[in-house]
Amino acid sequence: MSAIAEDVVRIATVAKARGYWGTVLRRLTRDPVSVGCAVVLLVIALAAIFAPYLGLADPFQGSMIRRLRPIGTAGYPLGTDDLGRDMLTRLIYGGRLSLVLGLVPVAFAFTIGTTLGVLAGYVGGLVNQVIMRVMDVVYAFPSVLLAIGISGALTGGILNSLISLTIVFIPPIVRVSESVTTSVRNLDFVDAARASGAGPLTIMRVHVLGNVLGPIFVYATSLISVCMILAAGLSFLGLGTKPPEPEWGLMLNQLRTAIYANPWVAALPGAMIFIVSICFNLLSDGVRSAMDVRS
Amino acid sequence: MLTYAFMRLLYVVPVALGVSIVCFALVHLAPGDPLVSVLPPDASAQLQAEMRAIYGFDRPWPVQFGMWLWRALHGDLGSSIATGRPVVEEVTRAVGNTVMLALLAALIGFAVGLLCGFLAGYFRDTWVDRAVTTFAITGVSTPHYWLGMVLVIIFSVLLNWLPAVGIGPGGWAWDWEHIRHLILPAVTMSVIPMGIVTRTVRALVGDLLSQEFVLALRAKGLSEARVFRHVAKNAAPTAIAVIGLQFGYLLGGSILIETVFSWPGTGLLLNNAIFQRDLPLLQGTILVLAMFFVVLNLIVDILQAAIDPRIKRG
Repeated sequence: MSAIAEDVVRIATVAKARGYWGTVLRRLTRDPVSVGCAVVLLVIALAAIFAPYLGLADPFQGSMIRRLRPIGTAGYPLGTDDLGRDMLTRLIYGGRLSLVLGLVPVAFAFTIGTTLGVLAGYVGGLVNQVIMRVMDVVYAFPSVLLAIGISGALTGGILNSLISLTIVFIPPIVRVSESVTTSVRNLDFVDAARASGAGPLTIMRVHVLGNVLGPIFVYATSLISVCMILAAGLSFLGLGTKPPEPEWGLMLNQLRTAIYANPWVAALPGAMIFIVSICFNLLSDGVRSAMDVRS
Repeated sequence: MLTYAFMRLLYVVPVALGVSIVCFALVHLAPGDPLVSVLPPDASAQLQAEMRAIYGFDRPWPVQFGMWLWRALHGDLGSSIATGRPVVEEVTRAVGNTVMLALLAALIGFAVGLLCGFLAGYFRDTWVDRAVTTFAITGVSTPHYWLGMVLVIIFSVLLNWLPAVGIGPGGWAWDWEHIRHLILPAVTMSVIPMGIVTRTVRALVGDLLSQEFVLALRAKGLSEARVFRHVAKNAAPTAIAVIGLQFGYLLGGSILIETVFSWPGTGLLLNNAIFQRDLPLLQGTILVLAMFFVVLNLIVDILQAAIDPRIKRG
């Protein structure tokens, strides 16, 4: 944790260069791995968004006589599932919920966590104590256990998945943003702003936020992959999406019984989770090193 | 050092209290009447009121929390609604299986992770580094429940070498028949900590090697083996912190793996509790696992301070 925080702080201090974000973007587009991952993610996301216009089969329409066809069957390039539904179609449609469940909690946690963390870091004192100690309690749970516990107690469902995952990802973001903010708060330019009469809100919004948002953002992107795996895991347990909705985790769960009949088709939804997750991880690593201009 | 350990020990009290509040709140967050799973839907109003009084559900919730906490401190976590047995008994029976699985997974994951991390850190920007980095990022990006399925497909369905599910006939015993059952879940479970430890140690070693004291040691003419000892000593505190945290995650996050392999540990217990709406069991299992994690964090922090004189917190 502290290693990440230090890393993040180091990035924060270089974030002042002129045209910084332009430099970062240029460095990022020169990295073939990052570009490749971005393209893969973009293709999966666009296919999911425009799925109804791609001329695919009906993702809900099954067929009792065409169940569990192997990969490469004519008309079913990726085979069919245990209810005879086209796998390719369901994998593409599945991206809709899976991506939302992987991205939205991190986005929420980023917004809430940054707000709390910057507040705790900048105001300090009692506010800091209250916020950080509450975070300590949430942090005292292993994340998978907490997400499943909350989701399970709330009887599952997509909304409850979003809530439980958001709660799980808030504390790490608060910790990172608190430590970055604390280190930025004591820099000279903040003193200068205060001396020239800027109020605390202005200082926080303009001077602090402008300098801490980048590093916190990079940290948050590294959580997307974990969130994808965890969200699909909730559905895999039967706590997230409900059938017949296509979602990778749930599809994987339903095909578990088919591993003896048609193992490779059964493994496909998990492969999608893996591809998306590794692409987000590599992309996040790419952004991190692109932002570290010193190297 | 002792003062630090003592302060850190004191800090466990509010955290543990907070953790128990969260566990208690889980049941009260749950929609619906907690009695639904105990009583038939056509139970009379009088019976409902009586049951409510027996379980204490008619009291204000701070009182209920106090009563629950008091009983929990005395080792009474209530009874499972599904089986009628005490929750403590259920959890104790399952926890051994989970610890065994987590220990083996930790052994594999940490050994491979430390080795790979050191190699990659030492041979930065060589093919070794690139191979290890690719391996590590694959490890942390793998949905482990899916990996479990794939391993079952390969080693159970196609090759028929290892059993796909369960712990073996008649509970655990130290023979090949039972150890066979442990292999696939443990390997599956070890992949994420393996990736995380590798990445952490690689970054640590790389950082340390670029520092001036290493240059000084080499300039002094120390052998590489002696330099390695210095680097390892400096890397140890952070590595221990990460390893401790990962072990906690293995214990508390085993539910997905245990579900895939039908491994009769706390994870499977939790899974049953969720789907049978067995709220006392759910609450109790989470409380026990979270307390494990709190204590583990405490040990890691104190251990870290003990081996690293630079840490003088508290």
